Amino acid sequence: MSLPQDFMGRIGYLLSMYGESFLVGAGKTMVIALVGTLIGCLIGFAVGIVQTIPVSKEDHIIKRILLWIVKLILNIYVEVFRGTPMMAQAMFIFFGASAVFHYNMSTWFAAFFIVSINTGAYMSETVRGGILSIDPGQTEGAMAIGMTHVQTMMNVILPQALRNIMPQIGNNLIINIKDTCVLSIIGVVELFYTTKGVAGAMYTYFEAFAITMVIYFILTFTCSRILRFWESKLDGPDNYDLATTDTLAHTSGMYRYPDPRKGEDA
Amino acid sequence: MSDGNILEIHHLSKTFGKNVVLRDIDFSVKPKDVTCIIGASGSGKSTLLRCVNLLETPTSGQILYHETDITDRKMNAAAYRAKVGMVFQNFNLFSNMTVLDNCMVGQVKVLKKDKAEARKNAMMYLEKVNMAPYINAKPRQLSGGQKQRVAIARALAMEPELLLFDEPTSALDPQMVGEVLSVMRALAKEGLTMIIVTHEMAFARDVSSHVVFMADGVIEEEGKPEQIFENPQNQRTKEFLSRFRQG
Ligand SMILES: Nc1ncnc2c1ncn2[C@@H]1O[C@H](COP(=O)(O)OP(=O)(O)OP(=O)(O)O)[C@@H](O)[C@H]1O
Ligand SMILES: [Mg+2]
Repeated sequence: MSLPQDFMGRIGYLLSMYGESFLVGAGKTMVIALVGTLIGCLIGFAVGIVQTIPVSKEDHIIKRILLWIVKLILNIYVEVFRGTPMMAQAMFIFFGASAVFHYNMSTWFAAFFIVSINTGAYMSETVRGGILSIDPGQTEGAMAIGMTHVQTMMNVILPQALRNIMPQIGNNLIINIKDTCVLSIIGVVELFYTTKGVAGAMYTYFEAFAITMVIYFILTFTCSRILRFWESKLDGPDNYDLATTDTLAHTSGMYRYPDPRKGEDA
Repeated sequence: MSDGNILEIHHLSKTFGKNVVLRDIDFSVKPKDVTCIIGASGSGKSTLLRCVNLLETPTSGQILYHETDITDRKMNAAAYRAKVGMVFQNFNLFSNMTVLDNCMVGQVKVLKKDKAEARKNAMMYLEKVNMAPYINAKPRQLSGGQKQRVAIARALAMEPELLLFDEPTSALDPQMVGEVLSVMRALAKEGLTMIIVTHEMAFARDVSSHVVFMADGVIEEEGKPEQIFENPQNQRTKEFLSRFRQG
């Protein structure tokens, strides 16, 4: 079978010849993006939680100094990884590890590591903002019934912060799906790398990247829809049952309230 | 030191930077006392209440809870707060939880009660404040008066020895004030020990066993409600109350 002359024909040809490679590349891109986002979120929560630990003058001096040092290190981490391009980080870490530590990372490990640590830096700020955005009154409400800082965080603040930053997590996932393409520079065989190979072999750059554009878009669009759906699930129902032992009253006991958040999204 | 006092405050002072908000406050609370704190805006009433609950750290002085100084750094503030509840002007309910969970979480996490018992207890207090039908609602679905009644139930569910109220009706529309005050009246009648900061003079006069008038961070006058409201001795008390009567 030889290379057809028209655009659609070439697309069909590439798909029949390299369809599987595209799928594998897309799969790898998704795995790196999902794992990187997940680990990045965990890093982000850890850093954000530490950065919002309250310190008061009554605390022990050693605790205050330790916290100050830890917060300083975390700040440096956040600023450095937010302030440099991921492509440069990939080169720096991948080649740095082998030059300085004589550690040859697998490209696969490097991919997870770089995306996670980069996402972590962004998510730290998001989580910190999410925690600070919760009305401090709720913290006082929790303190007033004797809850400790940890209990307050786990039961009151973090669940709300998580809900509030869901759109940001989704955003990060979508950015990561697209940005994994920079990892091709250290030889990670994801979608972009695969496409370059296919395009170069047949000299069909336009057609190959047309296919890849569509694949990237399908991946990001599907993820953003799924996340939207998940968010609306998290909000719970707009109405509640009036709990009553009087069965007659029960039937008239459905109350519907407009959700103030809904309006902003639309 | 007189015996039987739940709370004794000695020479309590609080400064924010250079701003002296409370100076040399002394007063005590006996079981079943209903103490109302009145005074002009900015006189330090909220700060005093927040010091009693350790939401603010006093600058100097002592707060003795059953003769133990809670301002001591070694004191476990959380354990103390579990016994001294607080109801806030802005309700401060947990918006991620239903009404029922709001009233259960402290019992389960702090008092380590099992869920069934916590639920039973929560239901009992929600019934007391007439909010039992709303157990499945989230705070954002409730009116201000309903939220405040839930907040009272949440505090009661911890079975505190002393309950503090900071202007519990100030954020409410006039028609909702009544429902909250009537709940508080019932609590007073049952003998719950309370300290209430309020601008509701008629209510203060009715329910309190003791009235404290504050101005500029000091207690200017205190005594029985009849005495403070009908026969105030202090010039500033007279002025404050007369302004209130005029409206
Ligand atoms: N965190 C703070 N930092 C600095 N100043 C404060 C702080 N909290 C309160 N103040 C000051 O302390 C004074 C007393 O405030 P407080 O809230 O105790 O008054 P209040 O009697 O409760 O007034 P209101 O009736 O308006 O509630 C005010 O001058 C206020 O500006
Ligand atoms: Mg106040």
